[in-house]
Amino acid sequence: MAPFDPRAARIALVAIVTREALRFVHQRERFLAALVRPLVWLVVFAAGFRAALGLSIIPPYQTYITYETYIVPGLCGMILLFNGMQSSLSLVYDRETGAMRLLLTSPLPRWWLLTCKILASTLISMLQALVFLAIAAAFGVRVGWTGYIAVLPALLVAGLMLGGLGLALSSLIKQLENFAGVMNFVIFPMFFLSSALYPLWKMAESSQILYVICATNPFTYAVELIRFALYGQFNLPALLVTLGAAAGFMGLALWGYDPARGMIRRKG
Amino acid sequence: MTILRTAALLALVTMPASGAEIWVTNEKDDTISVIDVDTLEVIRTLPTGERPRGITFSHDFSRVYICASDSDTVQVMDPVSGEILHDLPSGEDPEQFVLHPDDRHLYIANEDDAITTVVDTETRRVVAQIDVGIEPEGMAVSPDGKVAITTSETTNMAHWIDTETQKLFANTLVDSRPRHAEFVKDGRELWVSSEIGGTITVFDTATQAEIAKIAFEVDGIHPDRVQPVGFEFTQGDSHAFVALGPSNHLAVVNAETYEVEDYILVGRRVWHMAFSPDKDLLFTTNGVSGDVTVVDVAKRTAIKSIKVGRFPWGAALRP
Repeated sequence: MAPFDPRAARIALVAIVTREALRFVHQRERFLAALVRPLVWLVVFAAGFRAALGLSIIPPYQTYITYETYIVPGLCGMILLFNGMQSSLSLVYDRETGAMRLLLTSPLPRWWLLTCKILASTLISMLQALVFLAIAAAFGVRVGWTGYIAVLPALLVAGLMLGGLGLALSSLIKQLENFAGVMNFVIFPMFFLSSALYPLWKMAESSQILYVICATNPFTYAVELIRFALYGQFNLPALLVTLGAAAGFMGLALWGYDPARGMIRRKG
Repeated sequence: MTILRTAALLALVTMPASGAEIWVTNEKDDTISVIDVDTLEVIRTLPTGERPRGITFSHDFSRVYICASDSDTVQVMDPVSGEILHDLPSGEDPEQFVLHPDDRHLYIANEDDAITTVVDTETRRVVAQIDVGIEPEGMAVSPDGKVAITTSETTNMAHWIDTETQKLFANTLVDSRPRHAEFVKDGRELWVSSEIGGTITVFDTATQAEIAKIAFEVDGIHPDRVQPVGFEFTQGDSHAFVALGPSNHLAVVNAETYEVEDYILVGRRVWHMAFSPDKDLLFTTNGVSGDVTVVDVAKRTAIKSIKVGRFPWGAALRP
């Protein structure tokens, strides 16, 4: 492996982030679509359910909240989750067109290139999450200004974890067409079996098994990390689990993209 | 330590502690929970008679009067020691009362007897008993002390009592089940809330004529559950905060235009409320959820809910 050259590493980082940003700028529909999805949940779904789901007081909240207020952090997580998967889709596309191979032939270490890739898509997700939070504020779901600052590192860590997951999946998906399968078997269970839409105690009331699944889902911890950060609070267990899962997914992605072992070799 | 707590601590260090307390009666626990206004925590729990509801302090805050409804008495407590000093004769089932501006006479609604009892707190004797409508509840006295009001839940009336003769001089119809009455704007207006009718009726005190009726509508909540009960006025009587019972919301009403400006989510079945000394915080008693929600009056947002005893009902400020 080539020695790690900080200057070259920085150039690679800037180049990869710029490429993602350009791709993002050129796909305005994608930006809108990514925003419309959580907004539909906030405005339609939450309005329909506000009367059905009574919430008791759970940290980090100090008083009673509306259902809209409850699901906003989960919907930020939803943006990160869908974007993580979307970037995995674009990675599969890059693989098919050969751009990925070109990237990986760079003398820089592979882990660095892949990290840059995830970081680039995470930064874009964060931007979308912030726009979403601004719109949510316009709908009356507001937090203190400290919350909007504290949520940035939380979004970054959660985005890296979900980007890592997307990267790991992209190394396993052989064809673009299989993306629908990813939707069904990764995004939906991960989103619904988490604390994004309902608090875990509510889940425990109806099914202990579902509760255990939700409590082991790393996405739950990403959402809780975001939720606590929005209220200016720090949730250490959530951070540790999210970081651990991020490292795990990254490891899996590295293995997947290792030409000597992973899927790339089998695919030829 | 969280950022929030640090901020709260900093605020505590920089601001002088006011030492003010909110006293809350717990109907089912037969206790009073005392909340520290600075820390927003319960610092004392005091035993009372059975089913304490209405609560009010004497003008110098040396005594606290408590309606112990099921003990059929008004208890007088020393707020420093928390000891019951003595009971006052109150008639049966006292629910709400009001202290006359003379700091001496209590006007008590006796729910089961259709009577308003006037008690002299110094001689501890009943001065008068006035026949009013069925199930009297809401009580108010005008700032000049000349007029007392009793609202009767079943007759659906506000009864106007001349405090010199202790006789009724007017009866005005309001909507179904009136529960609370307050004089505002130096006694020029009387506001009466109707729990089942879901409205507040505003009267001109001089003529006893109705000048406005305020209705409430909370998004996503069935109108049957929007039941106005207690209400309090902000600094300068510019706005009223109205407890809307099982709709679990407070309404913020502009007292000039009589229009509802905001709704604030609080705990379940909100009854009554009390302000902090400078009226920047409002404390609501939430009967079913057994807590007190603290509302930032300027921002019109709930900031915290504090667990108290079972079925908190009345609230009063001890500065």
